[in-house]
Amino acid sequence: MAKTGFDIRKITGNRLFMPLVCLAAVLIVGGIFVPDFFAVSINNNVLYGYPVDIVNRASEVVILAIGMTLVTAASGGQDISVGAVMAVAAAVCCQILSGGETSVNEFANPLALAIIAALIAATLCGAFNGFLVAKLNIQPMVATLILFTAGRGIAQLVTKGQITYIRVESYKVMGGFIGKCPVPTPVFFAIAAVALAFLVLKKTALGLYIESVGINGAASRLIGLNSTMIKFLTYVICGLLAGVAGIVASSRIYSADANNIGLNLEMDAILAVALGGNALGGGKFSLMGSVIGAYTIQALTTTLYAFRVSSDRLPVYKAIVVIVIVIIQSPAFHRFMAEQKAKRAAKNQVAEGGN
Amino acid sequence: MESKVVLSMKDISKTFPGVKALSHVDFMLREGEVHALMGENGAGKSTLIKVLTGVYEFDSGEVTMSGKSIVNHSPQDAQENGISTVYQEVNLCPNLTVAENLFIGREPRRFGMIDWKTMNKKAAELLKSLNIEVEPTGMLEECSIAIQQMIAIARAVDMECKVLILDEPTSSLDDEEVKKLFGLMRRLKDKGVGIIFVTHFLEQVYEICDRITVLRNGELVGEYETESLPRVMLVAKMMGKDFDDLADIKSERTGGIDAKETLIEAKGLGHQGTIRPFDIAIHKGEVVGLAGLLGSGRSELVRTIYGADKPDCGTLKVKGQEVKIGTPLEAMKLGMAYLPEDRKKEGIIADLSVRENIIIALQAKRGMLKPMSRKEMEEAADKYIDMLQIKTASRETPIKSLSGGNQQKVIIGRWLLTNPDFLILDEPTRGIDIGTKTEIQKLVLKLADEGKSIVFISSEVEEMLRTCSTLHILRDGKKVGEITGDELKQEKIMETIAGGEESHG
Ligand SMILES: Nc1ncnc2c1ncn2[C@@H]1O[C@H](COP(=O)(O)OP(=O)(O)OP(=O)(O)O)[C@@H](O)[C@H]1O
Ligand SMILES: [Mg+2]
Repeated sequence: MAKTGFDIRKITGNRLFMPLVCLAAVLIVGGIFVPDFFAVSINNNVLYGYPVDIVNRASEVVILAIGMTLVTAASGGQDISVGAVMAVAAAVCCQILSGGETSVNEFANPLALAIIAALIAATLCGAFNGFLVAKLNIQPMVATLILFTAGRGIAQLVTKGQITYIRVESYKVMGGFIGKCPVPTPVFFAIAAVALAFLVLKKTALGLYIESVGINGAASRLIGLNSTMIKFLTYVICGLLAGVAGIVASSRIYSADANNIGLNLEMDAILAVALGGNALGGGKFSLMGSVIGAYTIQALTTTLYAFRVSSDRLPVYKAIVVIVIVIIQSPAFHRFMAEQKAKRAAKNQVAEGGN
Repeated sequence: MESKVVLSMKDISKTFPGVKALSHVDFMLREGEVHALMGENGAGKSTLIKVLTGVYEFDSGEVTMSGKSIVNHSPQDAQENGISTVYQEVNLCPNLTVAENLFIGREPRRFGMIDWKTMNKKAAELLKSLNIEVEPTGMLEECSIAIQQMIAIARAVDMECKVLILDEPTSSLDDEEVKKLFGLMRRLKDKGVGIIFVTHFLEQVYEICDRITVLRNGELVGEYETESLPRVMLVAKMMGKDFDDLADIKSERTGGIDAKETLIEAKGLGHQGTIRPFDIAIHKGEVVGLAGLLGSGRSELVRTIYGADKPDCGTLKVKGQEVKIGTPLEAMKLGMAYLPEDRKKEGIIADLSVRENIIIALQAKRGMLKPMSRKEMEEAADKYIDMLQIKTASRETPIKSLSGGNQQKVIIGRWLLTNPDFLILDEPTRGIDIGTKTEIQKLVLKLADEGKSIVFISSEVEEMLRTCSTLHILRDGKKVGEITGDELKQEKIMETIAGGEESHG
C-alpha cells in the first residue's frame, strides 16, 4: 500500500512510542503553562531549573522501577513494600553511622560498613518477599503487604523511634553533589543502576528466563527453568535496589526519617512500570519503558508543584492524569478506537450506497 | 434433493501483518451435512472459522445465514446467530469447575442468583449423556487435555444451534472418544444442524463427512463430494502435489537397534496417584511406543522418567548409572528431552517469538550465565524453521500468532536443538498435517538410526505401528503388557489395550 519507504506504523508500533508520547505530553503542558519550564542555569557551580529538578528527583523512582519491572514480569504482581524497605535501609545505614546517637557530626563507624549493612538489610527484605511469593505461592500484593505495613515499624525499632541525623558533609554527597560537579549525584546513581541492569540483561539470559517464567510457568519448568528460583531472584534484586534508593533518599536529608523516606514511592514505581507500557500481569517487559515512565511520573509531580498544587492534594491530580494515560495505553481503548473507526467507515459506505 | 443452505461465506479475505491468511475464499454449508474443512498447517482453516465467528473481523467479503447477511463482531454474536464453536485451542477457564465451564454465561438462575445445585445436576446429566467420566464439581485444570476437549464439545453441543463448528476436536482423542463424538454428530445432523469439521485425520473425514472444502495457502482450492474424491486426490489437492501418505516408511530403516546397550532402565518406578510402579528398558537406537486408552497413564509414565512428576518409589538407571532426577533440568543434562502433550499449557511460551521459543530449552540447559549470541539464536531458529517447514511471517513473530500445527513444529524444533540422546514425544504430531506428519515419522526413525532412543506416544495406533519396534501397553495407570516383533498388529494391540488377555512382559 504505502509505497514510500517511510512507514509511520513502524514508529507508532514501537513499544516505546506511547511512553515517549506520554512523557512529551507532560513536558509540553509544563512548557506551555509554567514560565521558564525548560530553562537551565548554573548558580554557585550547580545546575538549576525544572529539567534538572525532574531528572534529579526522579532518581529514586528510576532505581525502584528497575526492580519493580523485573518483579512484575516474573511474578505477575508488584512489590508494594519497596517504599518501606527504603526506610529500613536508611535506618540501618544512619544507625550504624551514628553509633546510636540521635545526631552526630562525625561517623561512629565507617561509611562503607554502614552502606553494606543497609544493602544487606534491604536484600533480606527482598528475600523475605521472594520466599513468600516464589516458594509459598502467596499473591505478591498480599505477601509484600506484610513489609509494607511492618517495614516502617522495623525502621522505627532500628532507630529507637527517633529521627537519626548524620550531619557529616561526606554523607550528604550521595544525595547532593560530588565536589565541584554541577550535576546532582542521585542522577549518577540512577544512570549507574540502569546501566548495570542493562548489562546484566545483556550478558546473561536472565531477561529471557524472567519473561518465560512470567508468561508460562508450567512450560518453563518443563524446559528446565527453575521458576521458583527466578521469581525469588527478582524480589531479591528489587529489595537490593530499594536499599540503594533508600540510602540516596536518606543522604538527601542526611537523616533516617522512618515515616517519610520513600513514602508513596512504591506507587510511583508501579505507575512507572505501567506507563512504560509493561503489562502488570507479567510476561514481556521493557526496562527502557519503565525508566521513561519513571521520568514521566516525576515530570508530572514537578509540573504540578510548579502549578502550586499543595502536596496533600497532589495525589488527586496525579491520579487523574495517570488514569488518562493508562487508559490511552490500554488495549481495550485501542480496540474501542479501532471499532469506532470501522463503524464510521461503514456508515460512510452506507451513506455513499444510499446516494 | 439439494438441501437448504444454512450458511454461506463469499469472497472472504483476511490479512494479518505480513501474512495474507485468506484471500477470496468461498464456503457453503447446507442443512444436515458434515462438511470437512481441509488444508495443510497454516492454510487458513482456523482463520476462516475465527472471522466467521467474530474472533477477528474480516477485511472483505460477505456472510449470509438463512438468506440474511450477517456480521458477527464477537463469538457471543455468533452464538446468538446460532453458531456454536469449539476452537482449536480449547479456551475454557482452568480455575473453574467443570460444571461452571459448561454453563458459563448461561448459568441456571433462581431469584437472580446462580443456582449451583441445578447447574451441577444439569452438568452431570450432560456429561453422562456423552459418557464423559468426570465430576462436575472437579476443577477443569485437573482434567487431561482430552477430557477438556470433550468438555468443550459438550458445552458447544448443549447450546441450541444451526451451525456447529469443530476445529480439530479429535486431535487428542482416541478411537473410543472419536466414536462417541461421531455418534453425537450424527444425531445433530439428523436434527438438521450443519457441521463444519476440521481435522487432519483422513479416515475421520471419509467416515463422517459429506463434503470437503480444501484450502491451500489461504486460497480456496475447491469444494468436493466426499464420495467422488479419493484419498490420494484429496491429499494432492491439499498439498498441491502428489503425495502418498500411506507409503511404508519403516522398511527404509537401515540401522539396527543395539540391544546390548540399555539407555534407560526403570525398575519399580512410580508416582503416587498417577502411575503404579512399572519396569521399562529402552535401548539405544530404539523407538518405543506407549499405547493405552485415555487416562491409562501414558503421559504419567514418561513424566516420572523425566522428573516432571518426581517419582516416589523405584530406581532409574541412565546409561547404566543409577540417577535420581528431581527436576526437568537434571533430566535434560542427562540427555533427555520431553515434548509434552498439552501444547498450550505446557509447551508454548505464547508471547515470545518463534526464535525465543526454539532456543529457550537449549539456553536453559546451558545456564543463565552463558547466553546464546543473537547470531547463534537466529541460525538455530532459521535451521528449524527451514527443516520443519514452519510457516511463520518471520522468526520474530510471537508464537501465539502461528497456526496450531506450526506451533507444534516450533516445540519439536526446540527439543531437537538440545540434541538429546533420549527423546520423549507425547503426541508429537497432534494437529500436524499429513505431509508433515510423515516427515516427522521419518525424522523419528532417522534419529533412531543415529543412535538416539525415542519414546513415542500417540492416540493413533497406526502411527505407532509405523515407527515403533516395541509397544508398551498401559491400562488404568499400570503397565500391562509389552508387544514386539511379529506380534505388532493392530488387533493384538487393541486386544491388550482393552484388557482381553494379559500379555507377558
Ligand atoms: N493472530 C494472528 N496474527 C498473525 N498471523 C496469524 C494470526 N492467526 C493466524 N495467522 C497466520 O495465518 C495463517 C493461517 O493460520 P490458521 O491458524 O488459519 O491455519 P490453519 O489452517 O488453522 O492451520 P493448522 O492446521 O496448523 O491449525 C498462518 O500463516 C498464521 O501464521
Ligand atoms: Mg488451525
